Amino acid sequence: MSVLEACNLGRRYRRTWALREFSVAVPAGHVVALVGPNGAGKTTLLHLAVGLTAATKGTVRVLDGLQPGCADALAGIGFVAQDAPLYRYLSVTDMLHLAGNLNRSWDAQAASSRIASLGLPRDKKVGALSGGQQAQLALTIALAKRPRLLILDEPLARLDPLARHEFMSLLMAAVAEDGLSVIFSSHVVAELERVADYLVVLNGGRLQVAGEVDDLLAAHRVLTGPADLAAAAAGQLNPVRSSVAGAQAHLLCRTSGPGEPVPSGFLAQPVSLEELVLAYLRDPSVVALPGPELAVRA
Amino acid sequence: MTIDKQSIQDGAPPIVFRLDPGSGVPTYLQLVQQVEQALRLGYLSQGDQLPTVKDVVAALAINPNTVLKAYRELEHRGLAVGRPGQGTFIEGTLRHVGIAEQNSLRKALVAWLESADSAGLDEDGIVAIFHSALRDFREHRVTGRPAGRDRGAETGTGQVA
Repeated sequence: MSVLEACNLGRRYRRTWALREFSVAVPAGHVVALVGPNGAGKTTLLHLAVGLTAATKGTVRVLDGLQPGCADALAGIGFVAQDAPLYRYLSVTDMLHLAGNLNRSWDAQAASSRIASLGLPRDKKVGALSGGQQAQLALTIALAKRPRLLILDEPLARLDPLARHEFMSLLMAAVAEDGLSVIFSSHVVAELERVADYLVVLNGGRLQVAGEVDDLLAAHRVLTGPADLAAAAAGQLNPVRSSVAGAQAHLLCRTSGPGEPVPSGFLAQPVSLEELVLAYLRDPSVVALPGPELAVRA
Repeated sequence: MTIDKQSIQDGAPPIVFRLDPGSGVPTYLQLVQQVEQALRLGYLSQGDQLPTVKDVVAALAINPNTVLKAYRELEHRGLAVGRPGQGTFIEGTLRHVGIAEQNSLRKALVAWLESADSAGLDEDGIVAIFHSALRDFREHRVTGRPAGRDRGAETGTGQVA
């Protein structure tokens, strides 16, 4: 079971490659965080996956081999574009009615009960709702078509901390209930660790990291030790990132597992997801992709 | 101030979880530790049902797999048992440590504190050492590898957490 498979996928806008040489196979049953700086190609990738753009090169398949944009793929995927696009001048009730008629499958009862438990005012115009409520409404509509895969483009970008928490609660409860897979893009790295169990990092249009969060965290560690030893150790350890001061140095290194010995003079510490993502983003030439060798230096 | 209705309703789960994002302890382990703590303090007893995965997920906005992992760990430690279609229930109890035993442990700790003090370690230093040792100990207990870092160990012993 895979929700997204891409092989040497590329998309060019005029002379710029927004995405290139992108190959990945994301298994079903995950909450996938798609991370990268602005302009990394996140939105392009998501648009390719839902069939809003055509690939310039390579192939992309969704939900076990479906062509993006075909009828089955459209029915199986819920997509919420950036800034939760809704009809501002429709009431909540009319917006639901419209969405119900535009989708092949529609669970009106689930939508109504979600709207009720969220306390969204049904007669209010969509444009009069708060940003957090609009995001919740858009998510409710996407969930009501009972998708197998939900794709969200920057769902948290414009939400305040409380609205973010409420949005993620709603999303995670739906995942627990229906077992759907989720792919969401974000440039907020700090909050990912709690929700995402699969990570895809894009940088400059290329894939940099892909894998299960637990595996990635277990395969990296931070070694702290004296700076003079660090220079020698860096040659052997090939750190993802090293920060060296006058006396002390931190090396973020890959590790084969907890059994791997710590170089003498160093202290090993586990790495957080945020630290890991930022370390990779700072050096686009380093990649960590799944395979027989988990990590390969480009 | 409002009181969460769920917590005082009849038939509501006996405990609610909270998360400390700054603690550095993995989320699933925080849940495990809170169940253990609730057992020690008597908020939970044999036969009690733990909050459903959906409830925990909706309250904390965390990945459902994290909750499942925590509940599996509790089962592994013999503290809970999952009944398909019903939920996860408290099964075991934590071993109660007797007063005499606690006293002798405390005496050993005080002796260690004195030696740390005479070695010139201040209070913050002592706390730092304790926390780092405790974290190592906890990790080894969870992953099942032996305590203490064995520098001579062969690479890639292949132990999986």
